Amino acid sequence: MILRALLLLILMTLPAQAERVVAGISADNIGITAAFDGSSVLIFGAVKRDAPEPEGQLGVIVTLEGPPQKVTVRRKTREMGIWVNSDKMVISSVPSFYAVASSAPLDRILSPETDAKEHISVPVAVEAYAGPLGRSDGRPFAEALLRLRETSGAYSVSERAVTLAADTLFRADFDLPANLIEGEYTARMYLLREGKVIDQTYAPIKVQRIGLERFTYALSREQPLIYGLMSLSLAIFAGWAAAAAFRMIRNS
Amino acid sequence: MQIYLPIAEVSVNIFLLLGLGGLVGLLSGLFGVGGGFIITPLLFFIGIPPTVAVATGANQVVASSVSGVLAQFRRKAVDVPMGIVLQVGGILGSGLGIVLFNWLTRLGQVDLAVQLAYVVFLGGIGALMLQESIRALRRANRPGAVRPRDQSRKLVHRLPFKMRFRTSGLYISVIPPFLVGMTVGVLAAVMGVGGGFIMVPAMIYLLGMPTKVVIGTSLFQILIVSAFTTLMHAITNQSVDVILALLLIVGGVVGAQIGTRLGAQLKAEQLRILLALLVLAVALKLGLDLVLPPSEFYSLQTGRAR
Repeated sequence: MILRALLLLILMTLPAQAERVVAGISADNIGITAAFDGSSVLIFGAVKRDAPEPEGQLGVIVTLEGPPQKVTVRRKTREMGIWVNSDKMVISSVPSFYAVASSAPLDRILSPETDAKEHISVPVAVEAYAGPLGRSDGRPFAEALLRLRETSGAYSVSERAVTLAADTLFRADFDLPANLIEGEYTARMYLLREGKVIDQTYAPIKVQRIGLERFTYALSREQPLIYGLMSLSLAIFAGWAAAAAFRMIRNS
Repeated sequence: MQIYLPIAEVSVNIFLLLGLGGLVGLLSGLFGVGGGFIITPLLFFIGIPPTVAVATGANQVVASSVSGVLAQFRRKAVDVPMGIVLQVGGILGSGLGIVLFNWLTRLGQVDLAVQLAYVVFLGGIGALMLQESIRALRRANRPGAVRPRDQSRKLVHRLPFKMRFRTSGLYISVIPPFLVGMTVGVLAAVMGVGGGFIMVPAMIYLLGMPTKVVIGTSLFQILIVSAFTTLMHAITNQSVDVILALLLIVGGVVGAQIGTRLGAQLKAEQLRILLALLVLAVALKLGLDLVLPPSEFYSLQTGRAR
């Protein structure tokens, strides 16, 4: 009897959870080698249903977010005839990379309320990190940050980049730029219906330097003196070797 | 073929870097300059962060001056005591320059300072060189003209702390070479250059050193100062990119040899006019960038999140 009541309770709460997202990622570890020239990540998944498909358009949004950075935005003004960096705004933490892919235009599948809660669209996600950027004096700086990062490709929105097959299977391809920052990346996947989130999941992706890149970088940070001496010895040796080699060529 | 530079954190075409190194080597072989004044702006241009460009430029100057100074030592064209006096000033200047550079980086004015320094020094030196070499060309056509005497040499003889420099055949105060060395040290740290283009005229016109020892002594001093600068940048800013430096050096070595062969086929006056025009062109380009309205008024500088 108690069991039946419990089951009923579960069934009553189920409609909200009738659809679930199950996801996978092509690589959860990306290594930056000397030959690194950007990378692509495939995020794929399926919608699991316990009941017939409900009404309304199904939407899938996948976001990929890079580790946070401190960013100083500077503005040039003309001082005494030359252009000088005169004002700045420091944003203590903001994603170094942020890409949004969706199965349909964002305004059709994502309500502003949901966006404000889940921080999905680019400006909202950035603001979630940086705090309100809308201060009267900070607004142009925040806009400049978004504009510069969108131009460089660090922030992007690709509507319809998520391909949805038979309202069940989906995939999204992300291109990671060549100037990738090391750290923890996070992929978030949202299943939406009528602007509201039905289910979500996330997966971490680790990006790190490997091999020679890792060795060089670590040495420069942890043993700067040894690193500096190594750079010098290489330069001195190269200079000496070049002089010696060309003297030999000339003499022969 | 792209290569990811571990310190600059950008991916750059490997042949572009070899080519840049080669171009700079060509210039240094052709004109006898280190080429730092051209490599640093070029590195800015291909998207290397300014701090990395300046520090790595200094490392590249070490390599190019080593091969030069070895050849000069064999010719006994290095005034070692003079070099040491210049170096004492140079290392002090380099230390000051690093402090200045780091302070400017914090203020966000480093790009401006480096650009201004380039415009002022390259513009000034380029104009002087052009004027001088045009005059030299005229003089070559008109024998019997008198070489103008330099007035500043008298001041050099009046100052205290005199010292004898045998190789140069000079008996002068150590203060002027010390100050020259210090100025070049500051410039080396801030601009990522060896400073040969300032050192050579200063040695000839201010110190009155004979031309045959000028190049060797200047290279000797530049070698030590840029080595010190590289080390200081590596320690305080961690901004020397050894992979970038290595690629530039490899390109530079080859370019220098081609440059030397080409240089042997041109007249000295023609070479100097060409160098003057090149220096003026770089100064003009950087100067215009400062004066013309930029296409983008905002810039981003990133750091570690707290």
